[in-house]
Amino acid sequence: MASWLLLLHSKNRANYYKRRRIIDKYLRRCLYMLTALPVILAMALLLTLLVRSWPLLSVKPLWQLFSDQAWLPTQGQFNFLPFITGTLWVTITALIIAVPPCLLVIIYLSEYAHWATREMMKPVLDLLAAIPSVVYGVWGVIAIVPWVKELTLFSQNYLGFIPILSSKNPTGFSILAGSIVLAIMIGPYIIAMGFEVLSAVPAGYREASLSVGATRWETIKYVLIPKTTSGIIAAIVMGASRALGETMAVLMVVGNVARIPASIFDPAYPLPALIANNFGEMLSIPLYDSALMTAAFILLILVLIFNIFASLMLRRIIQREKS
Amino acid sequence: MKQPNRKIRHLEEFIVKVFMILSLVVIVVCTSYILFTILYKGLPSLNLAMITQTPKGGYYLGKEGGILNAILGSIYLAGGGTLAALVPGIPLALFLHSYRQHSSWARLVQLSLDTLCGIPSIVYGAFGFAIMVALGLRASLLAGIITLAFLELPILTRAIYEVIRMVPEELEHASLGLGATIFETKIQIVIRQILPGLITALQLAFGRAIGDAASVLFTAGYTDRIPVSLFQPVASLPLAVFFQMNTPFPEVQQRAYASALLLTIIVFVISLGSRLLSARLSRNIIK
Repeated sequence: MASWLLLLHSKNRANYYKRRRIIDKYLRRCLYMLTALPVILAMALLLTLLVRSWPLLSVKPLWQLFSDQAWLPTQGQFNFLPFITGTLWVTITALIIAVPPCLLVIIYLSEYAHWATREMMKPVLDLLAAIPSVVYGVWGVIAIVPWVKELTLFSQNYLGFIPILSSKNPTGFSILAGSIVLAIMIGPYIIAMGFEVLSAVPAGYREASLSVGATRWETIKYVLIPKTTSGIIAAIVMGASRALGETMAVLMVVGNVARIPASIFDPAYPLPALIANNFGEMLSIPLYDSALMTAAFILLILVLIFNIFASLMLRRIIQREKS
Repeated sequence: MKQPNRKIRHLEEFIVKVFMILSLVVIVVCTSYILFTILYKGLPSLNLAMITQTPKGGYYLGKEGGILNAILGSIYLAGGGTLAALVPGIPLALFLHSYRQHSSWARLVQLSLDTLCGIPSIVYGAFGFAIMVALGLRASLLAGIITLAFLELPILTRAIYEVIRMVPEELEHASLGLGATIFETKIQIVIRQILPGLITALQLAFGRAIGDAASVLFTAGYTDRIPVSLFQPVASLPLAVFFQMNTPFPEVQQRAYASALLLTIIVFVISLGSRLLSARLSRNIIK
């Protein structure tokens, strides 16, 4: 018996049981109150960000946040458009790079791979997920940026006629560098979630399809993929929402120039980078503080939209499985 | 409908399979490339002074010193944050797996946790900063720990919940049947049963916190000294990497690589250690 129960020791047996019951009741009630914490925290997050961004939102109508001339805090001009487009560019490019190999790996690991391969890949993916984002940033600066720099020159010379591949940015710090780093960072998450989705499909579906003479690939193509589309999409959207908020790694390689990008070799300035770079120096300029909180608020809303979409997708699967 | 030729069907499968294996190889190569780069760049400038000294004057210009302040600071921050998140985390996870898990309140709690889980750390950083200002605190160890606790709470709770789900129900029923109260059952039976998994969950949250720079950027500050009180600013390893990387001096950048290597090593050591510990603790488990 644990030592704290000794405290309850009493010569009166009836009293002893009664005390245990009372302790049980009140301790459980106390712990029950702790469960309010996440709810309060989520509400407080939304409210605090809204309240702190209100000074800006109250003097400027919403549309002006996207139509001001530029991001010139000293002149009271706050245009969020370059940052929002920067965020979306980086995220979407990262998804385009990450999704096809991730899907192939998910299918391979869940349908073809020998169990030994699967066991071997698990630590590799854990490792990738465990590396801190600032280390990814350092790696991006050392390894990816110089490579993208060469690629920019090459692309400018030979593929310059395609608008999104042409850029005069000579540094290599660009959307492409950011998205490559991001793609490797979100890969393990997409694979882990997608693997769960595929392994949840009952073996009977595969057996039925194989027994009528379909090859494994046909089983995957005509049975498993249609069955798990919403789950796979949910996994990808979850990965995207991680990519949206990733700060340090992207900040270090993406260039941070507040202009609407036109090509994947252009630098961009995503919302998290904006917040991280400017938080220290804002106190002297009016509304600057509020503008950065607005940036955090916009980021939060973007992420919430993605997450709600993903959980709706997942709910659809659960309901379908019930019926 | 004309069935495609069998050879073509198998060829298609073969081609797809080649691509799958290629993608797998790409992932393994990327992982080893990252580790190799960090090792290759970091090892030459890693020395004993780095992990045993605090920065001396002119350290960020390439003079002597080390980053002990950042290493200790990171451990304080992440350790404090993990402990602070553990206190509400265990009851929360127990609640989410109790007989009340289908109540509307439980659903609201679950929804809030899912939402919190997806929120990026920079947003937690901004929120922590706002809270800090509202409470009248300066950038300090305490503010950093609070922010990290917010960040870790959903991760930790979810991880513990996954472990609790594995506890066989019969075990709880047996305990209740012998006359233990619900609280006693949860604390003495369930918690002991999940100890190995709890270690893994703690490691997950700790690893996330120690590598996270965005949330402590405005809340923990940065200093060359090792903090001795909760109200002093504190340095952290990811920020040390970031700041050293941003200097124009090659010697300091070399140290940034070494610091990044140190950070990676710490994360891996903790992950390995937790695995060993959890294997040791699983002796007490009833399967």
